[in-house]
Amino acid sequence: MAVSRHLRTFRHAAWLGWQMESNWTRPWLFLLYSIVRPIAATLILVVMFLVVKQGVSNDPLMFAYTYLGSVFFMFVAQVMMGATQVIMEDREHYQTLKQLYIAPISIQAYIVGRAMSKLVLTSLSVVISIAFGVVVLGLQLDLSMVDWPLFAASMVLGIGCILAIGIALAGITFLTAKHSSGINEGIAGAFYLFCGTLFPITVLPAWGQAIGMAVPLTYWLELVRRSLYPGSGIEAIGGLQAFASPTLLLYLIVSTVAFLAASALIFRLADTRARRSGKVDMTTTY
Amino acid sequence: MIGALREPSWTFFDVLLPLLGIAAYIYYYRALGAASSFEGFVVLGGAMTAFWLNVLWGMASQFYWEKETGNLQLFLVSPMSRMALLAGMALGGMLSAGVRALSTLVLGIVIFNVHMTVADPLLLAAVFLVTLIAIYGMGMMFASLFMLYGRDAWNISNLLQEPIYLVSGFYFPVRSLGPWVSAVASIIPITLGLDAMRQLLFGVTANGFLPVTTELAVLCVLAVAFLVLARYALRYMEELGRKEGRLTLRWQ
Repeated sequence: MAVSRHLRTFRHAAWLGWQMESNWTRPWLFLLYSIVRPIAATLILVVMFLVVKQGVSNDPLMFAYTYLGSVFFMFVAQVMMGATQVIMEDREHYQTLKQLYIAPISIQAYIVGRAMSKLVLTSLSVVISIAFGVVVLGLQLDLSMVDWPLFAASMVLGIGCILAIGIALAGITFLTAKHSSGINEGIAGAFYLFCGTLFPITVLPAWGQAIGMAVPLTYWLELVRRSLYPGSGIEAIGGLQAFASPTLLLYLIVSTVAFLAASALIFRLADTRARRSGKVDMTTTY
Repeated sequence: MIGALREPSWTFFDVLLPLLGIAAYIYYYRALGAASSFEGFVVLGGAMTAFWLNVLWGMASQFYWEKETGNLQLFLVSPMSRMALLAGMALGGMLSAGVRALSTLVLGIVIFNVHMTVADPLLLAAVFLVTLIAIYGMGMMFASLFMLYGRDAWNISNLLQEPIYLVSGFYFPVRSLGPWVSAVASIIPITLGLDAMRQLLFGVTANGFLPVTTELAVLCVLAVAFLVLARYALRYMEELGRKEGRLTLRWQ
């Protein structure tokens, strides 16, 4: 009964999120707004690579390492931030959060549903970026060689972990209206720096590597790369070559479950505190 | 200035967030085995993002925000020059963004041990100031255009972040993009401003697009052109907004 109610909330929230994202402008303009920015961010890294290496063929594995890291990091930037923006938008901008609270729905299911539109758009950006990388930039990717089961498992766990972090941050957003965007962007920026997104974590100082090893996104990005390039030697770049893929998958499962539990706890504490201090319908015009 | 100072704790994020991005790009260059001057390009570009973001979100989108919060109509009723209002906002924005840019620059230099040599301080100051006038003039022009927009304004500002970092060469010499792309990107004043500053701080390793004096001359032309265009655009868009009744529309 509860599951079907959550699924209904999820479905309607996903549809609402999609409508809010897309129904105010023409489809081509919406698509342009949605995909140009993340693709440009990836192209900055491509140009930086080309300026130094003078060509993809001079270090194709490193190029694949960076390109895939940057492309799949779009999920972190877009989906995690999408989940946290729900609270700001519904509470401050549209001022509908209190109505959602008194409706017989799960707020977590609603937040995850709203984040789905970002997930769909980001998936599209990722597919376009990879196609662009293969066709224009010479990214060597053979789809027949991809380890699809490992890729699918990594993606399910990785997206689950990103959503868990997003829900925790959404909870924190209840309490920190003035600082929510700074906190969210700061955490996304820290993941970008410490999780081996662009470069092997071995380039970082020891304390930076320790941070990277504590975040499941590091294992997720490594597994995505290994699943797309099995047996190519890409695992020798990232600094995690001592760990076999099944071991990394186990780490990802354990850390994702831990993050899910922590996320549920953080959201519950923040939610209780926000209700007590009357912050559910707070408007700060920030 | 009041807007910038109303929440001093934001300074922490204003300084920290660019540093995270700068650190990621510096470690990326290190992983690629780039020359140390590239780390300097990243620190300089990262510092200048403070001004560009301020132009986009503090200038160009300002009338859109004011419309959303219901203040725009009050501004238009007041007996004051709209250009003076925008110029005041630009000055305040320059000062607050300047503090952020300076913090980023100093911390970037100290943390990552970046070496810069100021070959010609006067020319560097001239390039920097003219670049600021030109990009804020551009921001004033966008402010008038965005006045009538709904969510487009927010999305266009988003669209002018990473794509502009890319074509303007915030983190690498713009010449790497080829002469045609560099020439077209030079319409955005920060392209030539950054290129000239890189040449003055890093010498030949900056791989400059045009001679610094030429870039300064083009920047002067752009600064005047954007200020004049801003004046006309403001008058035209305000008139259009009055005719179509779009100056008080919210939640478009």
